Amino acid sequence: MARQILEAIADGILGGGVYALMAAGLTLIFGVLDIINIAQGILVVLGAYLSYVLSVHLHIDLFVGLAITIPVMFVIGVAIQWLFIRPLRGSERTSMTLLASYAVALIIEGILYWVFGPNFVALNAWYTQPNASVKIFGFYVGDIYLFGFGLAVAVVAVLYWLLYRTKFGRAVRATMQDLTAARLVGIEVNRVAAITFGIGVAITAVGGMMYGATTGAFSPNSGYDLISRLLAIIILGGLGSVGGAMAAAIFMTTAEALVDIWQPNWAVAVFYLALVLVLLFKPTGIFGRTAARAQ
Amino acid sequence: MIAGTRPDAAAGPETGPAWADPRQWKRAGIGALILGLVIVIVFPLIFTDATVSNIAVQTVIFVAVASAWNIFSGYSGYLSLGHAIFFGTGAYAVGIIARDWQLNGSSVFALLPLAGLIATMIAIPLGLIALRVRRHTFVVITIAFFFIAQLSASNLAITGGSSGLLAPVPNWSPDTFNDPFYYVGLVIALGTIALSYLIRRSRFGLQLRAIRDDEDRAVGLGVRAMPVKLTAFAISGFITAMAGGLWFYFLSQTFPQFAFDPLFDLAIVLMAFFGGLGTVAGPVLGALVLEPVQLYLNLRLTNDYLSEILLGVLFLVIILFMPRGVLPTAGEFITARIARGRDDGAQGGRGE
Repeated sequence: MARQILEAIADGILGGGVYALMAAGLTLIFGVLDIINIAQGILVVLGAYLSYVLSVHLHIDLFVGLAITIPVMFVIGVAIQWLFIRPLRGSERTSMTLLASYAVALIIEGILYWVFGPNFVALNAWYTQPNASVKIFGFYVGDIYLFGFGLAVAVVAVLYWLLYRTKFGRAVRATMQDLTAARLVGIEVNRVAAITFGIGVAITAVGGMMYGATTGAFSPNSGYDLISRLLAIIILGGLGSVGGAMAAAIFMTTAEALVDIWQPNWAVAVFYLALVLVLLFKPTGIFGRTAARAQ
Repeated sequence: MIAGTRPDAAAGPETGPAWADPRQWKRAGIGALILGLVIVIVFPLIFTDATVSNIAVQTVIFVAVASAWNIFSGYSGYLSLGHAIFFGTGAYAVGIIARDWQLNGSSVFALLPLAGLIATMIAIPLGLIALRVRRHTFVVITIAFFFIAQLSASNLAITGGSSGLLAPVPNWSPDTFNDPFYYVGLVIALGTIALSYLIRRSRFGLQLRAIRDDEDRAVGLGVRAMPVKLTAFAISGFITAMAGGLWFYFLSQTFPQFAFDPLFDLAIVLMAFFGGLGTVAGPVLGALVLEPVQLYLNLRLTNDYLSEILLGVLFLVIILFMPRGVLPTAGEFITARIARGRDDGAQGGRGE
């Protein structure tokens, strides 16, 4: 039993790295643009399908393929922001952008169904095989989990470098703190918003590849499951807090893996149960700032 | 806001054409209302074709649901993307009770208010948690609750799991099979519209709309926000569950993914947005236009995904180009025309 629990914790932490990535993109978009991108879930699935196409039809390795899918997803993100999010203004902006992104999600899902059909597919490579694993402290850890966790750490490091060590990052953080003030000191808020949205979506290329390689199988319908988990994570972590989202992601996946030992059917409910409990005691999330912005 | 401005006040004190007289409009409105009532009552007697009446039944159900959604979300400004929780709860409540009590025939209809009560009992604790947070978090929480509900329907023993639930078989003649469903649905829909109208004109409705415009200020003026929001949420859930129960009995079976469908949430929001969020007639118009179109497309297109894409595109078009809906946009146009052709001292038209 103790062994099972340790294994579950290890699984949770390694798997949590992927969710941490996807949630970091989502919460970053919220922090800068004040919008909740419901399309994030289906964009992850789109990223997974892009990796699938590259690996099956062009025989490009999954990790090498990221060099193509990341820029593609970045462009898609900027395009979505430019076409459907930027034109929305006014007092109901947050709600409207949320609905607009939901509509975008629906369109992408429909297109994915159209192109790939409703069947489940999986990403395969030598490191996703069940026997491709290494022994660490007496536990077998799948190669893909190890590679993926390393990649997640690398991407998060790049993200932090970008946010805290570059001029662009300073502009992003200024925009997060106060949009009007940022505009007044000469930050091109529109460009910051577009690029941030692009980065948040570009991350889904990595998240999608990892998701497709570790879950075994995915279909266009997988977006719903993903977005509901991601939403729970970013609220738990406090909307707009990148560090909080990552901590919440690892906490949630670990809790899910633990419950999975006894109650596999209800494991995913842990996500939402944790959400409800936290909201009862602290409506702004664990790492949340006070009551977001005034409406 | 733009409503009530007079873009062309310099037109002078000449009397406008007859159509621009507000009293004429009111009289025409009442006439249209009576005519509309007569049409919806005799509708199944004229159109006896099963396909048409099938679409009609589902349309009245969605008129009720879209109006019920609007009573909470349209008036209070808190967008719920989890109303499928109540719809599915209604469907499952009717299915489980009818199965356990071995009811069939028209007595199943008597379960609808009970299904509504069950949904209300779910809505109150849910609202107590979800309505503590501000708007965008609320939307997200309703989505999260929605997935809990779907998961529960798949995993609880009482719901029949993923194989779903069968409704009792109605015992009336197959020739007029759809009619009882249509009339029960019509009663629910008309009741909801009447309730929506009364709430909008009441003190309660005013408090809801004050919360929508500025919650902090409303609280400062003495509105007890939580009870007001919670009451609207519970009323909305009650009606949605009744409609869900009827829908289930009509379609004779349900599954977790079918009763708790994320597209359902989006469809009713689109209906309300299409017609005009926060108005009485807007969601009704939205449901009357969009539900038949959607059902027709489903019948005609073998490709399901195309209708999904179309729903998304339509939603984007409305949000980007007509965010306030068809009716308020048209209402502004008429108000502006009336204002143009009338004395400055005359009473203002209401424009909705």
